[in-house]
Amino acid sequence: MSEFDAATAAVEAALAAGARYADARVMYRRQESMTALNGEIEELVQDEDAGLGVRALVGSGWGFFAVPDLGSARGAGERAAAIAAASASVAGPAADLVPVPAGSATWASECLVDPLAVPLSDKGDLLVTATAEARRAGADLAEGLYHIWDTRKWFVSSEGHRIEQHIRECGAGIAATAVGEGETQRRSYPAFRGQYGTRGWELVDELDIGAHATRVAEEARALLTAPQCPAGQTTLILGSEQLALQIHESVGHAIELDRILGWEAAFAGTSWLELDRLGRLTYGSELMNIVIDPTIPGALGSFGYDDEGTPAARRYAVHNGQWVGVLSGRDSAAVAGLDYGGSVRSDGWARLPMVRMTNVGLEPGPHTLDEIVAATDDGVYMENNRSWSIDDKRLNFQFGCEIGWEVKNGRLGRMLRNPTYTGIGPRFWRSMDMLSGEIVTWGTPNCGKGQPGQIGHTGHPSAPARFTGVRVGVRG
Amino acid sequence: MSEVDLAAQVLDLVRTLSGPGTQAEVLVERRTLALTRFANSYIHQNVADTTTTVRLRLHRDGRTAGGSTTLTVADALRDLVQRTAAASRLCPPDPGWPGLAPPSPVDEPVAVDEDVIAATPADRAARVRAFVDACAGLPAAGYCRTAHGTSAFANSAGQSALGATTQASMDGVARSTAADGAARLAGPRLSDVDGAVLGARAAAKALAGAEPIELRPGRYEVVLEPLAVGDILQSLALYGFNGKAVNEHRSFVAPGEEQFDESVTLVDDPTGPGQAGLLFDAEGTPRRPLTLVRAGVTEAASNGRALLGGASWGAVPQNLALLPGHGAAPAEVPGPAADSSVLDLVTGVRYGLLVSDHWYTRVLDPRPLVVTGLTRNGVWLIEHGEITRPVRNLRFTQSYPQALAPGGVLGVAAYSAPGASHWDLASYAAPALRLAGWNFTGGVSG
Repeated sequence: MSEFDAATAAVEAALAAGARYADARVMYRRQESMTALNGEIEELVQDEDAGLGVRALVGSGWGFFAVPDLGSARGAGERAAAIAAASASVAGPAADLVPVPAGSATWASECLVDPLAVPLSDKGDLLVTATAEARRAGADLAEGLYHIWDTRKWFVSSEGHRIEQHIRECGAGIAATAVGEGETQRRSYPAFRGQYGTRGWELVDELDIGAHATRVAEEARALLTAPQCPAGQTTLILGSEQLALQIHESVGHAIELDRILGWEAAFAGTSWLELDRLGRLTYGSELMNIVIDPTIPGALGSFGYDDEGTPAARRYAVHNGQWVGVLSGRDSAAVAGLDYGGSVRSDGWARLPMVRMTNVGLEPGPHTLDEIVAATDDGVYMENNRSWSIDDKRLNFQFGCEIGWEVKNGRLGRMLRNPTYTGIGPRFWRSMDMLSGEIVTWGTPNCGKGQPGQIGHTGHPSAPARFTGVRVGVRG
Repeated sequence: MSEVDLAAQVLDLVRTLSGPGTQAEVLVERRTLALTRFANSYIHQNVADTTTTVRLRLHRDGRTAGGSTTLTVADALRDLVQRTAAASRLCPPDPGWPGLAPPSPVDEPVAVDEDVIAATPADRAARVRAFVDACAGLPAAGYCRTAHGTSAFANSAGQSALGATTQASMDGVARSTAADGAARLAGPRLSDVDGAVLGARAAAKALAGAEPIELRPGRYEVVLEPLAVGDILQSLALYGFNGKAVNEHRSFVAPGEEQFDESVTLVDDPTGPGQAGLLFDAEGTPRRPLTLVRAGVTEAASNGRALLGGASWGAVPQNLALLPGHGAAPAEVPGPAADSSVLDLVTGVRYGLLVSDHWYTRVLDPRPLVVTGLTRNGVWLIEHGEITRPVRNLRFTQSYPQALAPGGVLGVAAYSAPGASHWDLASYAAPALRLAGWNFTGGVSG
């Protein structure tokens, strides 16, 4: 039985069992990851998983069932419909789906060098060499890692979708930890858990992680004796990697329509955004232009079609500081009276597709980091995330970074350890008065959401930016 | 094919395809998970899946590799062995390989609950219905979950083990305009999960949260309810008593030192009340209750085989329990405290806060385990032993071990709530705690 045949059988069985809509995804995913510690390989794991997940709508109730065996596709469709029928015993409002053109399609992410075809010995040598170098340069713990995902999906819906996609993703990074008296300090490159994209091994080659091993080790050791980041209110300049996570946490999750509608209230939380203010709310300064764009070539949140068969499309979430768009799915959009979905994805065949970030990030600003620093008389510059926390409405955040520098009279000054900053999302974004055009699209491979838990892959175009009147230096 | 047979088949394939000198360990896990999720007082997501995962780790000629598959047909298992063997040949040497777990008896599996195994979507929906109805018109959200699994382990040194688990859980909130109230329970039996009791508790807390006041950040005496203490235990497990972190000097844990208040005893116990842990670990080593802290003195961290040999494989306590204090059996009480064992602690506080739950806690400074996060699902002011009024959520930045340090714990409740915090088979059993100080560093609204 082909993958499309199995998915079709599942959909047909769900319809025969009473569903008024059904869709099914067959997914096959291979993963490979390697970690190295202090010049030795720590772990190499190669995983594969495959199966079929089917979703059925009976009345206003959804049901989902997943099996690893494609031969059980019809039974899975029937089970999904039966689960949906049980949902009707505690029923909500009528469920509708915004229309999406049906049809057949194929899509594949850009990949110049198949990462799974690169010899393991080459990949191992890369991590061994880089971590050995960091160890020599003073790291007590020098860690390196790469991760590869190779995913094939076959999607069929009762409306006539028949879509095949092949998405290859990979990335890598290194980190150096220095152990001091009662504390540790860490520096990483290029980001605190590596950099990832929907690209081939050429991405890892471009990162050139070995070239940064000495620097991160030296900086980690230097941080042990650097002065603490002072506490107070000041001008804050963020590097693009940290701002990417700021976007992820305080914009990306806040504009998820399922949160806004209360569907995630018990766990992930809701949102401070209220739907009746869409198009009429000032989110940030006029420099703030946030785009939802799963079409960016090579970005980690890119795809051809989401897991409901909606074609990838670019749209503004925030335009000139005004909130204008959300991340949505076909059912949540219908509830909200919107006419677009396109942001529904699942973490594998055994998980229900749900509203997830795609690529959510900034359009470039008019400045450079050098110009931002030069224009700052007194402030702090922070780089690379170390810790993140935000409340269940996505308002109150507190971030820790790996490293900071004081900024005095337009120049970077002393290195600062344990830099932190805290604030309230819209106040923070409204204080952004300088934004660089040096955009990097950072990949976040570990976005958690949902019950059962799902891990999402997202991308975030970001650039250095300046914020005024920010509270920094919060400590326990 | 049973999980035991699958594990044996993979070991046979290793012998055939990779040669007799190969050391191999196989873990086969079959899990059935069903979760009925509700929001705005109706079921909006309702899912189930059955998955079998075969994990293989093998070591040959000084090199190690691991892999897994969810495909259990013969060709897929053969492919798993071949690609893992091929990967091991291409890997750099692994000097830290600790060897396989030797044959040693594993305790008999704990009896599973047939009601969990037989639970239907209608059974879960009935509990959701009861929770929603008990919320008396307040919007309700949460889930009811049933899960069962069988795990079989075998290695080429002759060790084998079989285990089975069941778990039923319910976790929900009732939502008022000012605050949510939460109730949560997880355990090995479906009969433990009473939607009506949990819904009523969540609603009582939500109603008690109306018109909260803003409170200045600062250091306050606190009574932390079991949900919040469960979060502390989870952080202690992941970052403190994690053997890899200890080995790499990233953890505060120092065996032999008096690092906690004498009222604190921590045990990693897969057989403890309400726990549903396996009786062997992923390397086939039998798991038995392990005391990590006894009367305030740190005794051990959680170690895998490689750690015992000096290498760096990690191990995290899976079923961490803070042992409760002595006192009367708890009873449901009206008001936000909900449970008489919590109220017993409240009566001793002259001025402080009652905190229901923590949210989005992350490590800010790893070694001293300074954590930042927020309160959630209810905070109340305590004045002269009485809960007087609700308080808006607060952000805290606090070293967890410092909060539990000698002199820091002013009371441990007599009742330990199972499943106060849980994910998959890991769960934490926590009583409420009265702590001398907790460092609140901001208000949620700024």
